[in-house]
Amino acid sequence: MPPDADVQQLEASALEELGAATDIAALEEWRVAYLGRKGRLTGLLRGLASLSIEERRTVGSAANELKQRLEEAHAARRRTVEEARVERVIVGERRDVTLPGPPLPRGRLHPITQTMRDIVSSLSGMGFQVAEGPEIEWDRYNFEALRIPPDHPARDMWDTLWIDYEMDGRHPMLLRTHTSPNQVRVMEQREPPIRIIVPGKCYRFEATDATHEWMLTQVEGLAVDEGISLTDLKGTLAEFARQMFGRDRKVGFRCDYFPFVEPGMECRIDCFICRGDGCRTCHRSGWIEILGAGMVHPEILANAGYDTERYTGFAFGMGVERIAMLRYGVDDIRHFYSNDLRFLRQF
Amino acid sequence: MRVPLRWLSEYVDLVLDPEELARRLTTAGVEVGEIIAAGDWQNIVVGEVVKLDKHPNADRLTLPTVDIGGGEQRQVVCGAPNIAVGQKIAYAAVGARLIDGHSGEPTVLRKAKIRGVESQGMVCSEKELGLGEAHEGILVLSAEASVGTPLSDVLGDTVFDFDLTPNRPDLFSVLGIAREVAALTGQKVRDPSIQYEEKGAAAKGRAKVTIADPDLCPRYVGAIIDGVKIGTSPDWMQECLTAAGLRPINNIVDITNYVMLEMGQPLHAFDYDRLARHHIIVRRAEAGEKMELIDGSKHTFTNEMLMIADAERSVAVAGVMGGFDSEVTDDTKTVLLEAANFNGPNIRRTSQALKARTDASTRFEKGLSEHLPPIAAARAVKLMVDHAGGRAAKGIIDEHPGKAKEGRVTVTMERLIRVLGMEPSTARIREILSGLGFGARWMPPDRFVVRVPYWRTDVSIADDVIEEIARIEGYDQLPTSQLRGQIPELVPQPRRDLRERVRDALANAGMQEIITYSLTDMESLQKVLPKGELAVTPPLRVSNPLSRQWEYARTTLRHALLDTLASNLRGDQSLISLFEMGRVYLPREDDLPNEAEMAVGVVSGREPDRWGRPTGDAAGFYAAKSRLAHVFSALRLTADYREATDSAYLPGRTAEVFVGGARVGLIGEVHPQVAERFDIGREVAMFEVDLDALLPHVSEVVHFQPVSPYPAVEEDLAIVVAEDVPAARALELIRASNLVANVSVFDVYSGDPIAAGKKSLAFAISYQAEGKTLSDADVAKERRRIVERLQRELAAELRA
Repeated sequence: MPPDADVQQLEASALEELGAATDIAALEEWRVAYLGRKGRLTGLLRGLASLSIEERRTVGSAANELKQRLEEAHAARRRTVEEARVERVIVGERRDVTLPGPPLPRGRLHPITQTMRDIVSSLSGMGFQVAEGPEIEWDRYNFEALRIPPDHPARDMWDTLWIDYEMDGRHPMLLRTHTSPNQVRVMEQREPPIRIIVPGKCYRFEATDATHEWMLTQVEGLAVDEGISLTDLKGTLAEFARQMFGRDRKVGFRCDYFPFVEPGMECRIDCFICRGDGCRTCHRSGWIEILGAGMVHPEILANAGYDTERYTGFAFGMGVERIAMLRYGVDDIRHFYSNDLRFLRQF
Repeated sequence: MRVPLRWLSEYVDLVLDPEELARRLTTAGVEVGEIIAAGDWQNIVVGEVVKLDKHPNADRLTLPTVDIGGGEQRQVVCGAPNIAVGQKIAYAAVGARLIDGHSGEPTVLRKAKIRGVESQGMVCSEKELGLGEAHEGILVLSAEASVGTPLSDVLGDTVFDFDLTPNRPDLFSVLGIAREVAALTGQKVRDPSIQYEEKGAAAKGRAKVTIADPDLCPRYVGAIIDGVKIGTSPDWMQECLTAAGLRPINNIVDITNYVMLEMGQPLHAFDYDRLARHHIIVRRAEAGEKMELIDGSKHTFTNEMLMIADAERSVAVAGVMGGFDSEVTDDTKTVLLEAANFNGPNIRRTSQALKARTDASTRFEKGLSEHLPPIAAARAVKLMVDHAGGRAAKGIIDEHPGKAKEGRVTVTMERLIRVLGMEPSTARIREILSGLGFGARWMPPDRFVVRVPYWRTDVSIADDVIEEIARIEGYDQLPTSQLRGQIPELVPQPRRDLRERVRDALANAGMQEIITYSLTDMESLQKVLPKGELAVTPPLRVSNPLSRQWEYARTTLRHALLDTLASNLRGDQSLISLFEMGRVYLPREDDLPNEAEMAVGVVSGREPDRWGRPTGDAAGFYAAKSRLAHVFSALRLTADYREATDSAYLPGRTAEVFVGGARVGLIGEVHPQVAERFDIGREVAMFEVDLDALLPHVSEVVHFQPVSPYPAVEEDLAIVVAEDVPAARALELIRASNLVANVSVFDVYSGDPIAAGKKSLAFAISYQAEGKTLSDADVAKERRRIVERLQRELAAELRA
């Protein structure tokens, strides 16, 4: 048989078989059988070596043209098969788009963690770095170094849980009542400029009700540097309050007392419910208090060895639960640590 | 503290309406906690009890008939023990708005039958009228009150209930509040009169005061008033006391209370004739000394407590309460009035120890002015002369070992600007300070010398004066600015960073975060810790726990997770997975505890199917492990698990977790007996990771590895080994090959046709070389080596 005939015969059988292939696998089989490394067309081309130069040229070019035609036919057939397959899926294998996908487990962070992160992130943006401290503290750091000596009436502001450990007839160890002791610890170790926030748990000897918990979470802030004044404190807190509660909030300040600051203040935002007109939620004041603050008392700076003529500072502290209650509209603080999943999964 | 506005207006003109005044005071740091509009008394009038019958069905109840004016009478049911015929009382008709005496909530009075007898209205207590807390008896009005007049005409007033700060003892007085009002509204204060005529013999010769312990008593003023007639105090005074929340007693006691509320100086009236040798000795108690106080309580004193004694015995606890034996009685003729100054911390300690926090002790403990006693004494003497028929002795006895200097503070403009960030005008500064009673002298070019008024014991440095200026001006009036200056150098917080990464990883693994209490009880710890461990290392105990439930600082989180799991089981089998990031408190000798950071998780329930419904497969050891593995994957760490035992976990399903050779935690199925202690009747798997142990092995830095351009060859390999051979051993041996890029287990099987005591392990192995494409021969050669190694080390057989 002349080599030409081989080419023609090959083409005929190839096209016939191609027409019979109705899925991708069959097409692939066909491709391997004809166009693959060990395929029939490749075999035919290999056979050229035994031919004369003349024949080799004729048959060679015919075979190469055939290869091109078969590749094109394969591609066309493949398109048809693909289209038919897609058509079958579209017509016969519809998805009910309203059915759910298989469940992926979804974990959530506790609302206090979420609120804490937002607080930290807001203040980080203003250059405050986190500095954490111990929850079980010495009286010295929790009170005395903050200008609250033993038997000071201001101790009533922080009813205390004491650790059963006696030294010289006193209980020097306690569950910290606020995060302020870490202010002192940081100032003992660092020199100004200081810009820190202290997040963490605190504890109070306090009966629980809708607005009081004996375990609470606080964030304390401290900035010490040259040229820090009350107007900076106001600006920092106002910016913080607007980041947390919305740009359109009104932020107000009133005088308040904490032994470790002078002057002392309380920061308030206009009431969510009445927008400042006065209602039950805000005790008719139009304001909701969110944190306490003030200029660091010069005695505390002096105790840290700082030059009080040169350096001033401000400090502030807030209850994270209170902020979370305001943001989420939670009406009872006890929800947070009762850990009912029906509550936690809402956040 | 309650301040009736009618009383307040005696010392300062009130030019603002109450709401605005309260707002201004609050903003200036004098917080009005509540405005009590006593006087909104619809349907409440003055009545007179004209008849008192017994209740037919109840011994404790009476049936008073009340004349309510206009010739009308009403019979009501009353439970008050102090009701009597002839009393003027507050009668509330049906429809009146009252405070419920038990719940404290506002309520509207309705017609009611009480024990079968209809009550036509009610006779009210102070609490029911919103005047105070007293509810044990009814409020008895002045005899002069005329029947039928609305109660608001007799008692009506607005009362400010202040939430005061402990630094301002001067504000625990109506006069102190008046000074604030004056400063805030530009008015003048009218000081109460302290002028009286001295008619008796000199006080000095008739009584003696010895201060034995001057460290605790810087000043003691005694005044003598003869010929007093004990009776009721004037109506206006009773009304002031009632509105302020105190109960009138008699004219002498009322005057001491009135002056205390008016000026902030606690006073005490002794019966002069009951003081042995008329000698007052201020001294520490003798240890074990006993005395009965005027409230009938009996106490034993320690020698840290300061007493007021006469020549023979103690007659009062200094600054806290008078003694029963020396108090003024109906027969008292001569009063020795005490106006003293005591050491605040000492009074506070004593009153706490005696559990007797009184109006006096709460004022003394805040540190009153040494200059106040003679002024307050004079005021009380004047009132006793005017309203108790007394004759004032000449002069007073004044022992004053303490020498409080008049406070002077220099305030430079430089400091003012440094602290406030702005500069009020010198005229405004002077105006504010003099309005508050400070003397402010301008010393050119740049400073004020400020004289602090005697009552402001809280002001001692320039910044204190600066706060005065800022708070009266109003903080809201000051400008705002943003922090400038250098942002401090970053101090890395690796422990916190790790904690937050683990927290995110666990939430991403589908676990719900919980936060539980740091304190717990011994029983909870015993449930989850090995027997005896708590005896060897007892947890820290709180000496004043809120409840037994919260008595110990936890040394584990196990109980917290299991408790929370138990409380969230709802009877179905759905999967619950919880975690907590928290501290445990591990005691150390004479030091603060080690607060170790833990990550603890529990998984329980049935794995969900494609629809999220519980399948038959309980989430056990491997469910916990996959979640924990998620954490290590997030941290790019490799963990090893070695079988272990722990009393809380089920043997055979428990492992210690190692990272970088260090033990970082524990994972396993909770022992069913432990779960049962929490009323959990199903499988629970738990893991605990000590973040501090993990921390040294965590790296923030990722080192990029080039991706090999040469193809990998994937092959499966199945071997048969003894049951107790851990898969990790085989994996380790396979991984030892240089050409193995990756290997994982994909099947474990035992049973037919595998021989008993053996199991089949199947591995998916990916071979890859760094510098070339592997040939079939290369792979076959390497496979042979691996199989040989497995045969040699594990006695493994290649599975056909």
